Amino acid sequence: MNQSLYDLIGLAAGVCFILALKGLSHPKTARRGNIIGAIGATIATVVVFFKPPIHNLGWILSAIAVGAAIGVPAARKVQMTQMPQLVALFNGVGGGAAALVAMVEYQALGAEATTAEVIFTVFTVVVGCVSFSGSVITFMKLQELMTTRPVVFPGGRFLIAATLAAVLGSSVWVVIALGTTPLLVLAALSLLFGILFVLPVGGADVPIVISLLNAFTGLTVAASGYVLQSTLLIIAGTLVGASGTILTRLMADAMGRSLFGTLFGAFTAKPQDLAGAAEERPVRSGSPDDVAILLNYARRVVIVPGFGLAVAQAQHTVRELADLMISKGIDVAYGIHPVAGRMPGHMNVLLAEANVPYDQLAEMDEVNPTFGQTDVAIVIGANDVVNPAAQTTPGCPIYGMPILEVSHAANVIFLKRSMRPGFAGIENELLYDPKTMLLFGDAKASLTKVVSALKAL
Amino acid sequence: MDAIAIISIFVLAVFVGFEVVSKVSSTLHTPLMSGANAIHGVILVGAIMVCSHSSTTLELVLSVIAIVLATINMIGGFVVTDRMLEMFKGKKGANK
Repeated sequence: MNQSLYDLIGLAAGVCFILALKGLSHPKTARRGNIIGAIGATIATVVVFFKPPIHNLGWILSAIAVGAAIGVPAARKVQMTQMPQLVALFNGVGGGAAALVAMVEYQALGAEATTAEVIFTVFTVVVGCVSFSGSVITFMKLQELMTTRPVVFPGGRFLIAATLAAVLGSSVWVVIALGTTPLLVLAALSLLFGILFVLPVGGADVPIVISLLNAFTGLTVAASGYVLQSTLLIIAGTLVGASGTILTRLMADAMGRSLFGTLFGAFTAKPQDLAGAAEERPVRSGSPDDVAILLNYARRVVIVPGFGLAVAQAQHTVRELADLMISKGIDVAYGIHPVAGRMPGHMNVLLAEANVPYDQLAEMDEVNPTFGQTDVAIVIGANDVVNPAAQTTPGCPIYGMPILEVSHAANVIFLKRSMRPGFAGIENELLYDPKTMLLFGDAKASLTKVVSALKAL
Repeated sequence: MDAIAIISIFVLAVFVGFEVVSKVSSTLHTPLMSGANAIHGVILVGAIMVCSHSSTTLELVLSVIAIVLATINMIGGFVVTDRMLEMFKGKKGANK
């Protein structure tokens, strides 16, 4: 196949990727967009085999088979609640792949590499390694294999600064000295930097970091496209880099966070704000019957779902409860916080699975002014997104994040597993409010009991 | 490929990337991120290219690992995005 034809087919794949991103931006075309993206990727992968000379064909095909054998079952079998960390992991291995490609190409070019090629190689290795190790840490945080709180240790700030300086220093070393050893040192330092960079980020901000690392990986793909002289890689990588950057900003805006605050907030927050969690204070806990009675006499009820709903897989039960209340003439709405759960839009996906009608889902700006006229707000497995500390306690990690103002409702019911604070690790004052009733237990079990109690009334 | 052509491609792609996602609702943030994530799995093409002309054992081993990782990223990414979006389809069906 001649070069022009090859490039034209590459261009077609690039157009597929643009259409894919465009499609994914609208609910009606999202699924089609994803399929177009997959078609583009398939075209790009198939056509590369028609550009001779191809050696090591057996190795290449076996490696693809192994990758597919790992990736497809992982993506098929993952629970809805664990999707965010899987995306983080997929992103990380992509970054790792880009770094490896750059390192191999660097070896192959040897002394013939131009300075520009070496600089792009260095960029790919640094950012790819940061993306890889950073994504592994976000995976561990989301999978709760490690603490979800910001990890800050004495001197951490200086260690990060020193590591960054070492990364920059060894980058210069690679460009000047060339050779394998400097490049391996650079890769190791970059991996370390990725870990240190993500450790101080609080659990609730992890989605923003995943999105940022995703954009980073896109840029590494673009940079390796320069080294490999592949227009397609430049287009695809740049698209992801640019759209990923915008998406990261949109997410940060939805959470009322500046990107800077997300990445470096843990260094400026005062630790004592986090420490107040240990004290014991009385709370009012109720039985499913108490909850049912409260609901039976309500005129308007707002349901606020959170990660606990996802964990308990209680989306069908909550719909049953909502339908029951509606049949009793109660006005029911779901108050959806844009970042409830572990990822933006998590709740929409979950409730969509239970066929909750679209018009019952109210976004934050819509539902907040109505809490004053709401008799009961039911908070199901959510915490940080209704925590008034975001408005009242400057310096706490979520300060400034827009919240659902459930405290304005006449009664608040929390369905919780325990008194443990939310993902951000901050105590919620609202739990101790006299108008708050707590119903402890698994969200699905609790809701089932409430439904049968309400039916009996 | 000359530098000006590459810079042109890069700059235009940046603007296209900004433009296509600038008005996305928060509902779609997660699937969009996941879809973009799958697209950068196209580094698989680069991995195949370097594997094809790798001459030493070290290069071969590293590039085979790169192919495995990139394939996981690409195929896994598209499959997981499709699963997320499947949920949205269910909702539309119910409204009909």
